[in-house]
Amino acid sequence: MDVIYILWLRQMKRYVRSRSRVLGAIGQPILFLLALGYGLGSVYKRAGQGNFLQFLVPGIIVQTILFSGVFWGIQILFDKRFGFLKEMLVAPVSRLRVLLGNALGGATISFFQGIFVLVISVALGFRPYNWAYLLVSLLVMIALCLALTSFGAGLASIVEDFQGFQGINNFIIFPLYFLSGALYPLTNVPTFLRILSEANPLSYCVDAMRYTMIHQTHFGLLKDLIVLFITVVVCMAFAVNRFNRIQA
Amino acid sequence: MSEPIIAAEDVVKRFGEITAVDSISFEVKAGEIFAFLGPNGAGKSTTISMLTTMLRPTSGKLMLNGHDVTKEQDSARKSFGIVFQDPALEEELTAYENMVIHAVLYHIPKAERAGRIEELLKLVDLWERRDSYVKTYSGGMRRRLEVARGLMHHPKILFLDEPTLGLDTQTRNLLWDYVERLSRREGMTIFFTTHYLDEAEAVADRIAIIDHGKIVATGSSVQLAKQTKTETLEGAYLELTGKEVRDETSLSNDGLNVRTARRNERLR
Repeated sequence: MDVIYILWLRQMKRYVRSRSRVLGAIGQPILFLLALGYGLGSVYKRAGQGNFLQFLVPGIIVQTILFSGVFWGIQILFDKRFGFLKEMLVAPVSRLRVLLGNALGGATISFFQGIFVLVISVALGFRPYNWAYLLVSLLVMIALCLALTSFGAGLASIVEDFQGFQGINNFIIFPLYFLSGALYPLTNVPTFLRILSEANPLSYCVDAMRYTMIHQTHFGLLKDLIVLFITVVVCMAFAVNRFNRIQA
Repeated sequence: MSEPIIAAEDVVKRFGEITAVDSISFEVKAGEIFAFLGPNGAGKSTTISMLTTMLRPTSGKLMLNGHDVTKEQDSARKSFGIVFQDPALEEELTAYENMVIHAVLYHIPKAERAGRIEELLKLVDLWERRDSYVKTYSGGMRRRLEVARGLMHHPKILFLDEPTLGLDTQTRNLLWDYVERLSRREGMTIFFTTHYLDEAEAVADRIAIIDHGKIVATGSSVQLAKQTKTETLEGAYLELTGKEVRDETSLSNDGLNVRTARRNERLR
């Protein structure tokens, strides 16, 4: 327990001490929120869909957590290339505990980023449909944080350099994001887009957030939660499996 | 004390087609200062990586302090401290915080931590700077911090992988001073690699020279010179490993650690 805690604490200290990172990670989603929320808001309203900001916030929170998770994966890659990972790997503790301490640290950071964006959204005028349901949204956020940090740790174990990581970012993370329905409703989209979106686990997460925050759903909450649960388990298995094989 | 504290038996490490370490065997006695020399890519770092449980040998047997390195990893890990070739410190934390993480990772009881950390930081003259971020440290200070950290859990063996690379002469001397004192005072076994032959000559009780993944000679610097009918360790070294310059090919995951050599053009 001590080992997991100290490795978690290290992540927290690093995070709190780098203010530029905190701001940078929140700045982007806020920009999306402002540009899209206000920019497309009137079009959305004219199309008879109501308030676009309300619609957008759940997706933007997912975006925040997604990109924060990627950033965290880069951090693990840094540790791998510039040494500190070795310090952790030659210590007489199991790989699983090293992974857990680090991943929990990453997940906590992502969760806080998501909370920040939620608070700012409320300040901008966002109102959840039911404050009590928001507690379920928080659970969904935690699950997503765990899935993404695990995914990031698994990837960082395989990838050897930053360019490789950048490629994965462009070819996996962005498509996942744009096909998740975070920015537009999935009703009435062309068939090919619908198929891609339905195959994308992130869509279900966005949908769960939307259900619990503004009471709109495409797939239904039960289906969302089942997919989310499977995603978390698969990502964790991936991380444990890959992390155990790192040789330095 | 006849049982060797480090023993390698027919150890082989292959990366695909390339054999980085080719069936080496050696023993190090407890309390000995043992130097591992060789050209770039000869297999030094690969050997250290295997000894310190980071790489699994393709075949052969490695024993540390009576523990099989591949089978009893945790016991083997508790037996040694290591100073890596590339600094493995957390720069965003203070020296003290780095020490605390290490203490926890090596299961130092909470009651002993503060005292042990103070003692070690004082030993390497960093106590006054304990609350500075490591990113503000010079290269020499980082090395000293790493040595202090490596000693935290009273290891029987200290591995130093090119510990003086990039350090000035004053810092090098200081570092070897610590190491020699430790070896004498606590009977600690020291296993180090270096490219500075004068260091090996001055500090090491025994030297092994590795080239193309094979150990080509072992002995004291005097013995090595005698064996090769040369005057100095440098003479012996060049006699044994030739005068060719090596091109390194990086093989490891991180591209820094494990290297092998390819023959290059002859020096004119």
